[in-house]
Amino acid sequence: MATFNLNINGKTQIVDVDPNTPILWVLRDHLDLVGTKYGCGIAQCGSCTVIMDGNAVRSCSIPVSAAEGTKITTIEGLSEKGDHPVQKAWMEHDVPQCGYCQAGQIMSAVALLDNNPNPSDTDIDNAMNGNICRCGTYVRIKKAIKTAANS
Amino acid sequence: MSIVKTKLDRRSFLKASALAGGGMMLSFSWLAGCKPSPKEVALGLPDEWFEMNAFIKIGENGAVTLFNPNPEFGQNVKTSMPMILAEELDVDWKNVWVEQADFYPERYGRQFTGGSQSIRQGWQPLRTAGATARAMLVAAAAQSWNVPANEITTESGVLIHQASGKKAGYGEMASLAATLPVPEEVELKDKKDFKIIGTSKKNVEVNKILTGKPLFTIDYKKEGMLVAMIEHAPAFGMRLKSFDAAEAKSMPGIKDVFSFKVHQDDYEHNFFDTTTHYEMIAVVGNTTWEVMQAKKKLKAEWEVAPERSIMQSGFGGNASKVKIPAGLESSEGHRARMEEFSKKPGNILRRDGDPEAAFKKAAKILERTYNAPYLAHNCMEPVTCYAHVTADQAELYGPIQAPEVISNTLSARLGLPKEKIQINLARMGGGFGQRAYGHHLVEAAVISKQVGAPIKMVYSREDDMTYGIYRPTYTATYRAALDENNKLLALHVKAGGIPETPIAPNRFPAGALDNYLAEGWAIESNITIGAFRAPRSNFIASAEQSFLDELAEEMDKDPIDFRLELLERAKTNPVGSNNDYDAERYAGVLKLVKEKSNWGQSEPGIHRGVSAYFCHNSYVAEVLDLRLEGNKPVVENVVAAVDCGIVINPDAAANMGEGAIVDGIGNAFFGELPFKDGVPQKNNFHQYRMIRMAEAPKKVEVHFVKNDIDPTGLGEPLFPPIFAAVSNALYQATGRRLYNQPFMKELESEITRM
Ligand code: FES
Ligand code: FES
Repeated sequence: MATFNLNINGKTQIVDVDPNTPILWVLRDHLDLVGTKYGCGIAQCGSCTVIMDGNAVRSCSIPVSAAEGTKITTIEGLSEKGDHPVQKAWMEHDVPQCGYCQAGQIMSAVALLDNNPNPSDTDIDNAMNGNICRCGTYVRIKKAIKTAANS
Repeated sequence: MSIVKTKLDRRSFLKASALAGGGMMLSFSWLAGCKPSPKEVALGLPDEWFEMNAFIKIGENGAVTLFNPNPEFGQNVKTSMPMILAEELDVDWKNVWVEQADFYPERYGRQFTGGSQSIRQGWQPLRTAGATARAMLVAAAAQSWNVPANEITTESGVLIHQASGKKAGYGEMASLAATLPVPEEVELKDKKDFKIIGTSKKNVEVNKILTGKPLFTIDYKKEGMLVAMIEHAPAFGMRLKSFDAAEAKSMPGIKDVFSFKVHQDDYEHNFFDTTTHYEMIAVVGNTTWEVMQAKKKLKAEWEVAPERSIMQSGFGGNASKVKIPAGLESSEGHRARMEEFSKKPGNILRRDGDPEAAFKKAAKILERTYNAPYLAHNCMEPVTCYAHVTADQAELYGPIQAPEVISNTLSARLGLPKEKIQINLARMGGGFGQRAYGHHLVEAAVISKQVGAPIKMVYSREDDMTYGIYRPTYTATYRAALDENNKLLALHVKAGGIPETPIAPNRFPAGALDNYLAEGWAIESNITIGAFRAPRSNFIASAEQSFLDELAEEMDKDPIDFRLELLERAKTNPVGSNNDYDAERYAGVLKLVKEKSNWGQSEPGIHRGVSAYFCHNSYVAEVLDLRLEGNKPVVENVVAAVDCGIVINPDAAANMGEGAIVDGIGNAFFGELPFKDGVPQKNNFHQYRMIRMAEAPKKVEVHFVKNDIDPTGLGEPLFPPIFAAVSNALYQATGRRLYNQPFMKELESEITRM
């Protein structure tokens, strides 16, 4: 066990956990931030995507020991009222089905648009390819990303 | 306008209070994130709610709570079922707050998500419930104003008496209405007067989903709750021999490690009690990560299990003995046995005319065999369940499509009467049929009972993917007899699988052919299977619709026109009397897809495939366009035409259709779970390829046939036809017919062979 000082959604959080604990489980089990989801645990599905220092990362595969000194944003910290342009675009297109993958999809999309405000279809495909949606909402996700890019 | 008797649905009108004495009341402490916040109901939260019936509560300020009876797994019933209530109740949708009903069949009747039946079977009861509450509000106003009830009209939550100019909101009459007798009969609206049904409403939970609120079982937390994981045998056909828990137990945060039996040995199984592993090891601890680490330290020995048999009831009830064979099975062995069975006569499922004679005199016989592998469901939320079991009651919160069945199982396993078992229905992170099988509820309950604490059981992705309850592997051989003029004389299909045949014998093209023969066979196995988005249809549609495509080509006919000719025959002069489809509606979707896809117009580099199917009471035709980028197929566009009667929530219906199409393309291209010595050869997404953004179609259009027919379901029907639309388009693109799913694998092996 060790103590870690984390910056999550702009707040300092102190946790005392095994240094190997992935950020995903620190968020879910220790900080009650359960918007970030578990889907595979091996960086293959994107359900656990959070933004770390501006980049979309798979929180299931990064130990908490690597998180100190970084800034992490989770779905809960994206906006206060759920009105981040990407959330609004998702709402406009009524994207989710079961909804399980969507937090991860949104975080990947936010990171994409922050780094590339006008992505091409190929840019979108590349940035979103790490996020699986078994419900098959990809067509709407792409539309929503374009809507958000134009807003 | 139509008059319906409310009596039929009497139990829906039972008041919660009337039942309170009998069972455990609904005291489940709901997740904080699931409570309505005042701003989410346009009118704000009322001081008091008045219950009209099980589905409807109205506040004194006019706010309305509607209860969604069925489990939600992404098919959007939580929005569409309340829309039906709201329509007949005649309220403004913006004043509606929707809550998930707990499992409470005495009040809600059927609470089952599966077979695309929620809307079809909920249609009449929900309309009746809405209309009844409205009638009671009208009666309350009539009494208060001393005017005849039939002079009172309603408009979006307002009661109006035109002659006297009196007006009142529903909220003002709710307390009186709730005390009035339930009318014997009520009027339902004319369909042409629908204001909510047929207009797109956003998913009622979209806000919570987009902001990461705790909606799913895996998000659930309660004071004192522990986390549990299981370890199951690594292979089908194996069982636990012994284990050493010492090291796992000594790991930080671990409370207990033990083995447990999912069912008692002599247990008579319910229909959805499919269980792969009868004995497992549970690891229970404080946090998920700690439990995951301890699980790795388990030292378990597994042994080959002997053959056994269980008693299991069928879908309708009757119990029979089911054999679970011994052995460690492999895909290679499966293939050989299926080939062997394909050559033997099967059980005759339907026979019209004299097919054997027709084949004898045929000038030409076209024969093709289609194969498909086992598929894993891979719901994005792995199997999970919360349970808190004490000596005299049990409380569960979990993803379950069929709560009614599992409540019987739990009662038997825990030795508690059903009314002491409360099952609360979580939003599911996918279901696709797999969550109809509630073994996880039993496992969580047994673990909770053993440790004497509330627990949340979570499967790892690996546990989930290798547990079983898969889509079976199938094969189908189609034969067509043609005369010297290329006229179709007879059709013969023989199809089977492990462990079931995929044939629906009374479905098209049966009914369209004078001479028709359908045979089925099955091979038993210890690999467990279960419903998977349009069970059986999801394979047989792919084989049949590929074959019809090849047959049309052989007969030099346009593939859509060929299907329409057959359907014309089935409509005007059907063969046999048990045909389970309406040929006119079937033809209707083909005509619509023909028009919407501009069928017949070719675009350079674009290759098209068409396919159509009827299942789960709805009709679908699809045209898929792809082009080749080098050797790689890229799906450009899919146009679907659907006849599911009245569409409740059009944009959400289109979303469901798009998803089924994408899901189907993914499974057609990549879906496969092979076995070696009983071990599933894939256990996570690095091995099990799922469709991703880059492989999804660039565009999907879903068109609905407009009619006034009572609605039928949508979760499944768009899925089965897309497989053949893929293979038929791939044939156009490559000149090669593909007979083995997953197609990408066959395509790649063909390419390397060339
Ligand atoms: S859970 Fe992290 S990528 Fe799947
Ligand atoms: S919405 Fe269900 S997995 Fe994406």
